[in-house]
Amino acid sequence: MIRTKNLTKTFKNGDVETRVLKGIDFAAGQGEFIAIMGRSGAGKSTFLYQISLLDDPTGGEIVIDGHDTHTMSAEEKMLFRLSRFGFVFQDYALLPELTALENVAVPLLMQGKTKKDAYASSSAALDRAGLGHRLNNLPSQLSGGEQQRVSIVRAVAHNPKILYADEPTANLDNDSSAKIMEIFKELHAKGQTIIMVTHEEQYAKMAQRIVRLDDGKIVSETKALS
Amino acid sequence: MFSPLNIRIGFYLALRALRRASLWTTGLIVFVMVLTFLNLVVISGILVGLLQGAVDAVRTRYTSDVIISTLSDKKYIENSPNLIELARNLEGVEALTPRYRESASLEANYRTRKESDKANIAPAQIIGIDPASEDEVTGLSEDLIEGEFLVPGDYDKIVLGNYLLKQYMVIETPGLATLENVGIGTKIRIHVGDVTREVEVKGILKSKVDEIALRAFMVDSQFRSMIGRNDGNVDEISIKVEEDVDPAEVRDALLLRGAGNDARVQTYEDAQPQAFKDIIATFSMLGTMFSSIGLVVASVTIFIVIFINAITRRKYIGILKGIGIHGKVIELSYVFQSIFYAVLGSAVGLALVYGFLVPYFANNPIDFPFSDGILVAPINQTFFRVGLLIVSTVIAGYIPAWMIVRRNTLDSILGRN
Repeated sequence: MIRTKNLTKTFKNGDVETRVLKGIDFAAGQGEFIAIMGRSGAGKSTFLYQISLLDDPTGGEIVIDGHDTHTMSAEEKMLFRLSRFGFVFQDYALLPELTALENVAVPLLMQGKTKKDAYASSSAALDRAGLGHRLNNLPSQLSGGEQQRVSIVRAVAHNPKILYADEPTANLDNDSSAKIMEIFKELHAKGQTIIMVTHEEQYAKMAQRIVRLDDGKIVSETKALS
Repeated sequence: MFSPLNIRIGFYLALRALRRASLWTTGLIVFVMVLTFLNLVVISGILVGLLQGAVDAVRTRYTSDVIISTLSDKKYIENSPNLIELARNLEGVEALTPRYRESASLEANYRTRKESDKANIAPAQIIGIDPASEDEVTGLSEDLIEGEFLVPGDYDKIVLGNYLLKQYMVIETPGLATLENVGIGTKIRIHVGDVTREVEVKGILKSKVDEIALRAFMVDSQFRSMIGRNDGNVDEISIKVEEDVDPAEVRDALLLRGAGNDARVQTYEDAQPQAFKDIIATFSMLGTMFSSIGLVVASVTIFIVIFINAITRRKYIGILKGIGIHGKVIELSYVFQSIFYAVLGSAVGLALVYGFLVPYFANNPIDFPFSDGILVAPINQTFFRVGLLIVSTVIAGYIPAWMIVRRNTLDSILGRN
C-alpha cells in the first residue's frame, strides 16, 4: 500500500543544510497499524508528513496504492489526500468557527456529498464516538479529549484508506488518551490502515508494528507484543 | 478552478465564519465600509450638489424649463404675442410667463439728501411681470422675506431683489452700488431712459440667483407705459413644461415652428453659461478624484482586515488544505466574506443616503455663499459606485487570501515561516 525507497528530506536555512531523513526504506500493507517512534528530532513527524503527501521529499520515492507520488501535481496530491487519507493532529486542528458536526461534514461536502447526506453521516459517526450530544458545540466548548475524538471522526468519516495520526495523545490526560487509543484499536479491528507517530511506549504497543527512527534512519522494526 | 462545488463550500465556510465572528469586529468593518460608501457618494454628491443647488435655483426661479429670450441683435422679441400664443398651445406646456426687461437706475434718499451729498443710486434691471403667471411658473413670491408680493392691480409698487439693498449685502462689493435705508413702504425713484417715476417698495426678495437678487419687479401693465412699449412684444418668456415632459422636446417643437427666427429658444441647460458648465465638470472631476481615493482607502482597509484575518488563521488554512480542501475554496470563502462586508456597508450607506441625507439636505440645504447646496446622488451613479466598491473589495479580499493560501501547506500547519 505504501512503499518508500531511499527517502530523504533536507531542510535549508540559508547556507545551513539539515538532513532530517537520510534514506528511509519503508513499507506498510493494507490494514496495518504501525506506530512510528523515536526521540525528539529523530525525524518521525517529518517522515509522516512525507508519506502523507503534506510535504515534498528532497529525494527518493514514495509509492502509494501503486501511484508514484513524485510525478503528482499539487492539485493531484490534494485530491489524493481528500479521497484516500485521514489526518489526526496533535492539537486536534478543528476549525474554530465550525461546530463538531460541521467540522466532520466539511471533507464530505468537499467530496461532493449533499449537505443533508454529509450531516446525516457525520451526525451518525459522532454519535457512535459518544459525541451525539455535542453535535452543535464549537471546539472551544469541548474538552481536549472530545476535540480529539471529533478530529478522529472527521479523519475517518469519508472512509479513507490510510489514517495518519501525529502524536494524537500528546495533549491529553491519561483517561482521554486511553479512550482515543481504544477508538484506534476499534478502527484497526475494522480493517483501517493506521500510521501513528507517538513517543509514548504504552500506546505504541497497541500497534501491530513499531518502527523506530533515529537520526533520520529506521533503526529497528518490531512487532508489538500486545 | 472556481467550480460550483468550490463556490458552494467557499460560501459554506464564509457563512459560518461570519456568523460566528465577533460582533464588534464585524460591526467595525461594516462601519468602515459605510464610511467608505459615504465618502464615495456624499463627498462628490455635495461637490456636485453645491452647483446643482445653484442650477436648480436658476431653473426654478428664473429660466424655468425653457426660456425664450431676445436675439443678440434685437431690442426685444419680435412677434411676441404670436410666439406666446404658439407656446401656450404647445403640447406639454403647463404654464408660461412673459417678462419685460429694461435697464434702469434706482434712487433712494433723494428727499433727505443735502446738496453736497452724493446721490444714492443703484443700477438695476427692472422686470415687468404678470404677478399671477410669474408666480405660477417660478413661484417667485416664495423668496419674499419682507412685505408682500405684487398683485395685478398694483400701481407704483415695486419689489426689490436683496442685492440692491445695502442691509442685505453681507460683504461690501466694490463697484456694486446699493440703496441705503430702504425698507417696506420707502419711496424710491426709477429712472428708465428719460422717464422717472416714484414708486413705493412693496416687498423684498432674497435669493442667491442673480437674476432675482439684482432685479426689481413691477406689474407689467404699468412698466409697459414707462418704457413706451404697447405692441405686446416682451423680452423674456419662461415656460414651465408638464411633469415627465423633456424640456428639449418643447424647445425643438418651438424651433420647428419658426420661433428661432424671432428669439433665442433654450432649455434651462442650454441657458447655463459655458463657464458654469465648466465649473460643474471640474467639480464632478474633483468628486471622482475624491471618490477614487476613497475607493483605494476602502480597498486597503479590506486588504488589511482580510490579510490579518488570514495570517492569524494561517494554521487553519493549512489544516483545510491538509485535509483536502481546495485552495480556491478557501480563497472564495474570503471573497464571500469581503462581499458581505461591502454589500452590508453599501446597504447601510444606501439607507443613510436615500433615507436620511438626501431628504435632509433637500429640506435643509447647505448655505453656501452662492447657492443652497443639496446632496446629488443619482441612483444609477450610486449603484455604479456600489458596484465599484464591491469589485475593489473582492479584489482586496482575494489577494491576501491568495497570498496565504499559496504558502506551503505544512509550513502553515506548523506555523513555520
